[in-house]
Amino acid sequence: MSAAGEPLLCVEKLHVDFPTEDGVVKAVDGISYELGRGRTLGIVGESGSGKTVAALSVLGLTRAQGAQVQGRILLEGRDLLSLSEGELQKIRGNEIAMIFQDPSSALHPLYRVGAQIVEAVRAHQDVSKAKARERTIELLGLVGIPDPGRRVDDYPHEFSGGMRQRAMIAMALANEPKLLIADEPTTALDVTVQAQILALLERLRDELGMGMVIVTHDLGVVAEMADEIAVMYAGRIVETAAAETLLKRPEHPYTWGLLRSIPTLAGPRVEQLAPIPGSPPSLIEPPSGCHFHPRCVYAQPEHARIDPGLEPVQGDPSHRVACLLAAGERKRIWEGLR
Amino acid sequence: MSSAGPLVEVRDLVKHFPITRGIVWKRKTGAVKAVDGVSFEVMKGETLGIVGETGCGKSTTARLMMRLLEATAGTVHFDGEDITHSKGAELKAVRREMQMVFQDPYSSLNPRRTVGAIVGEPFAIHGLHRDRAERKTAVRELLDTVGLNPEHYNRYPHEFSGGQRQRIGVARALALGPKLLIADEPVSALDVSIQAQVLNLLRERQREMGLTLVLISHDLSVVRHMCDRVAVMLKGKIVELQDNETLYSSPGHPYTKELLAAVPGARRSDRRTIPG
Repeated sequence: MSAAGEPLLCVEKLHVDFPTEDGVVKAVDGISYELGRGRTLGIVGESGSGKTVAALSVLGLTRAQGAQVQGRILLEGRDLLSLSEGELQKIRGNEIAMIFQDPSSALHPLYRVGAQIVEAVRAHQDVSKAKARERTIELLGLVGIPDPGRRVDDYPHEFSGGMRQRAMIAMALANEPKLLIADEPTTALDVTVQAQILALLERLRDELGMGMVIVTHDLGVVAEMADEIAVMYAGRIVETAAAETLLKRPEHPYTWGLLRSIPTLAGPRVEQLAPIPGSPPSLIEPPSGCHFHPRCVYAQPEHARIDPGLEPVQGDPSHRVACLLAAGERKRIWEGLR
Repeated sequence: MSSAGPLVEVRDLVKHFPITRGIVWKRKTGAVKAVDGVSFEVMKGETLGIVGETGCGKSTTARLMMRLLEATAGTVHFDGEDITHSKGAELKAVRREMQMVFQDPYSSLNPRRTVGAIVGEPFAIHGLHRDRAERKTAVRELLDTVGLNPEHYNRYPHEFSGGQRQRIGVARALALGPKLLIADEPVSALDVSIQAQVLNLLRERQREMGLTLVLISHDLSVVRHMCDRVAVMLKGKIVELQDNETLYSSPGHPYTKELLAAVPGARRSDRRTIPG
């Protein structure tokens, strides 16, 4: 992926289990992906697909919840899962930063916005308060807060939703991270503000050469932002490919369902949307075999028994899909659907 | 569609919420102009979309139409009758004809009541189907029409998923056979794969019952899919009201253009289009 050969982030066979009273929730069930420097990976899935847990686990943020994490998460070759909490602390907010969905609950309401960013700077850099404040003002300007020298002393409630998200991004960028994880960064925002924030993230990624993981339920967002897309369903990646390939030549029935169930702005209006029948499964006892088979209209009886691996699609090794239908069959069905 | 004439006529509707200071002696220090002079008509049998961003006044407009809020000024006519100031029995009769589906399927259903009681409540309020067995049959039929299992009559809301709860909300709204259904962000709280189920359901019921539908949403794609005409709101005013085709192919107002351009995926539609 990158010229240096070694990817920035490499996740291998990640499993995250949460023991609960009702049983073990298999939130993430063996996912693997790679991310190069300056690239953006979009992880798409519905609520409960494990996409957020997968992202939080990279920062070790699921440890506190008693999660059992297995597999390997390599940041430039270092396994983050083997690090102690103290060692991780040095990486969080420094080499890896995160943007959360809800900017109003992610900022402390009683501290000035500037002070919270100063804290992030000084947590990882040995600089004076004055220097950190200077840097903070510079960061707020970078993310497009007007009059940053004055707004730095505002409290979060004095910021609009979009400005709070910008402040969160400024905080995430404080130490020029190599990797930025954004969990539904624009879901809480209005569409015009969303467009500004996405453009900002894209610009900063290119300027700073960060790798970026965007976790979202919104296919529009990943279509706009991502170089590669991974579709998650019931804790697994069911399809992954370059963004354009995945949107134009999807191979998995779930991806077809997602693409066909959303109304679009382009193209002719359809009379009826084609919804995916049923609802997402429980992760305590996920369906046997292919996790998607109970909702899949193309499922055969044996799909309830056989577990499909994530296999490369013929002719495109970077496009992988976990589906038991024959390749020719899938191609024929998709041609018929579109 | 428009040959049938308007079902709802809204004229110069205004809603100001006062901003007050002081606890004992409240002084009015200003007003939030949530709806600031909007006029439009909803034709019989059509689907009218109202789009806009947070705080543009779209939900307030819906609540004024439903008489859930008192208008500061202006009028609302329903089926030719001025309902802006109707009270008591008169208002109750009007409310039978117009129903609402709310955004949040979690907070809009009483957690302590069974689905049967929730969907049957409109009958109780309006004194219909007084016979228990008869009411039960009516509720079960309603559950069936919205794609829920009638056997789940005695279950509680928490036993249902978000999409199923929204179906319960639709069943309740349809119970009295209303002429007008106002859906305020009916799918924005639902998962992507479930949204289409609910949108299709609304459309099917509309076709079958000859409903007039007002769909309020921030999602321009959903509105494009569902609506015959679309009103775009900004800061309490309607800046553009157009038929669907015209609005999306050649938007007139700069704000509409801005909204359309902001939809993710739209900017790069040349390069990566989501096929439909």
